[in-house]
Amino acid sequence: MATSALAGDSASDVVMGRRADEIEGLWKAAFRRLRKNKLAVISLWFIVFLVIVAIVGPYLLPYSYSEQNYDLVTQGPSWAHPMGTDQLGRDVLTRLVFGARVSLTVGIVVQLVIVIIGVPLGAIAGYFGGWPDNIIMRVVDVLYALPNLLFVIVIMTFLRGQLALGEENTGWLAALARIDTKTGGLIGVYIGLGCIGWLTVARIVRAGAMSLKQQEFIEASRSAGATDRRVLMRHILPNTMAPVVVASTLGIPSAILYEAGISFIGLGVIPPMPSWGLMISEAIPNMRAHPYMLIFPAMALSLTVLAFNFLGDGLRDALDPRMKR
Amino acid sequence: MSRSAYVIRRILLIIPTMLAIYTLTFFLIHATPGGPWSNQDKPMPKAVLDRLNAAYGLDDPLWKQYINYLVNVLHGDFGPSYASRSRTVSDIIADTFPVSLQLGLVAMVIALIVGLTLGTIGAVKHNTLADYVSSFLSIVGISTPSYVVASLLVLILASWLGLVPTNGWDGIFSTKIIIPALALSFFPAAILARYTRASLLDVLGSDYVRTARAKGVQERWVIIRHALRNALLPVVTVGGVVFADIITGSFFVEVISGVPGMGRYFVTSISSRDYPVVLGTVLLFGFVITVMNLIVDLIYPLLDPRIAR
Repeated sequence: MATSALAGDSASDVVMGRRADEIEGLWKAAFRRLRKNKLAVISLWFIVFLVIVAIVGPYLLPYSYSEQNYDLVTQGPSWAHPMGTDQLGRDVLTRLVFGARVSLTVGIVVQLVIVIIGVPLGAIAGYFGGWPDNIIMRVVDVLYALPNLLFVIVIMTFLRGQLALGEENTGWLAALARIDTKTGGLIGVYIGLGCIGWLTVARIVRAGAMSLKQQEFIEASRSAGATDRRVLMRHILPNTMAPVVVASTLGIPSAILYEAGISFIGLGVIPPMPSWGLMISEAIPNMRAHPYMLIFPAMALSLTVLAFNFLGDGLRDALDPRMKR
Repeated sequence: MSRSAYVIRRILLIIPTMLAIYTLTFFLIHATPGGPWSNQDKPMPKAVLDRLNAAYGLDDPLWKQYINYLVNVLHGDFGPSYASRSRTVSDIIADTFPVSLQLGLVAMVIALIVGLTLGTIGAVKHNTLADYVSSFLSIVGISTPSYVVASLLVLILASWLGLVPTNGWDGIFSTKIIIPALALSFFPAAILARYTRASLLDVLGSDYVRTARAKGVQERWVIIRHALRNALLPVVTVGGVVFADIITGSFFVEVISGVPGMGRYFVTSISSRDYPVVLGTVLLFGFVITVMNLIVDLIYPLLDPRIAR
């Protein structure tokens, strides 16, 4: 499977050492390899399907996620409610579809925050070395030793407290507060998870920048008069993107799991907005009598995370053929 | 740098790390809106609040509270718990940490056995059905959160089959430990399996393994004596982190299977702004992680003399 246009290149060339103008070839070759990986392709289609369901699903379903019907409490699956109703008579399928919106948004937004924080810090640390590197890496060490859950919960509660001041908010805070209400109070989760998640990406970019800056093409570029800024933007960053893409893809499922976990505790999404984690925790007291209430959200969560993991693994094998034997 | 100087330097580095963890947690938790006595349904009269704050030193300026608590911690006093006022943080940790530790140790043993076996099978039988099955199991393992595993185990093993009690804690020799231990070991086992497989595959392609095979060593011994020994290096690194994580308790598993461990206290203490409990548990957690990392770094040269410093 590893045979391809790039076979014969040493692995470090494939991932990091390529000239920026050859990066096109790297991505094309990687995509060709990815297409041969059946599990990754199936996962990609599953994710596309999920995104479509999350976007258009709510418009097609006759119920709302918060509509309670006390005549139809904890009904098993039926034609009217294909996945049954929960302890407040709400349609489980509808809540599952809205939960998909919550989960996918968390996965993607958190990765954006992580890339925005992690890539520049990692590049600065690796490229310049010296005291910037020392400071950034000490921060990374300390954050690694903090319990993630605490860090996220504290940042989240802090932000929520700030945003909950309501009408007193002005300017960008007010805008943020509006987004927060729309997403079911998850801004804090995005930022909290982003603040803890950038460590790995920063480390990857730092390692890449450190090995790249020794190479001849960087030296050539610098002796031709390129500024640090230009070398970083034009050569270092594009050449460290492949492992960052892999890390981000594999970071999506872990962000989804974190959000579900925090909502499970009851600190994440603000009810009645559904989240798969919240649905699972609401189902546990009733699980003996109504196991379907547990099984549907649990399956949705696990399958989604599984699909992103398969895709991430597939991308890694495709971008780094050395790993695939 | 000589070896002992390195060890001493690493041990001394624990101090600034712990101080940074304390500082960060202290100001984060105090910056969080709300306080230990806030109650939205029945707000306390201001006089009572003032008395309470004065009694616990919460009316001092923040920097003074920061110094006071730090001094107390250095004298081994982690303060009272605001939520359960008859107990100190040390009492709570002394009650709950041993439970989490025992459960975590059992889970770690399960994770090591399952993870190393699955990972080794995957690498040795590379690209066969056995490999696909083991890879699939480990990716399912990292995709299923512990609360799903725990609740499914309760549903299947306890409710439907009636094999084990649904919840409770009775030490490590009781059948009550089966569900929490299995649920807790699921994710670590999967992680260890993935690392073992990847790293063993890497080693099995190396020259010295070819040499060992060429000189006629049995395949079994090539794997056990030559390959696994080196392949376990990256596994030890992850193993250390995973271990530190599971011995400090999991909120999810403890709540679902009714285990009186540390994870539960930690989460409830954040919600109730029980500052001393938050700080005490975070410091313990940070300490365990830092020490695990140190131990991993120190046993590295023993496993691989090439990186002896």
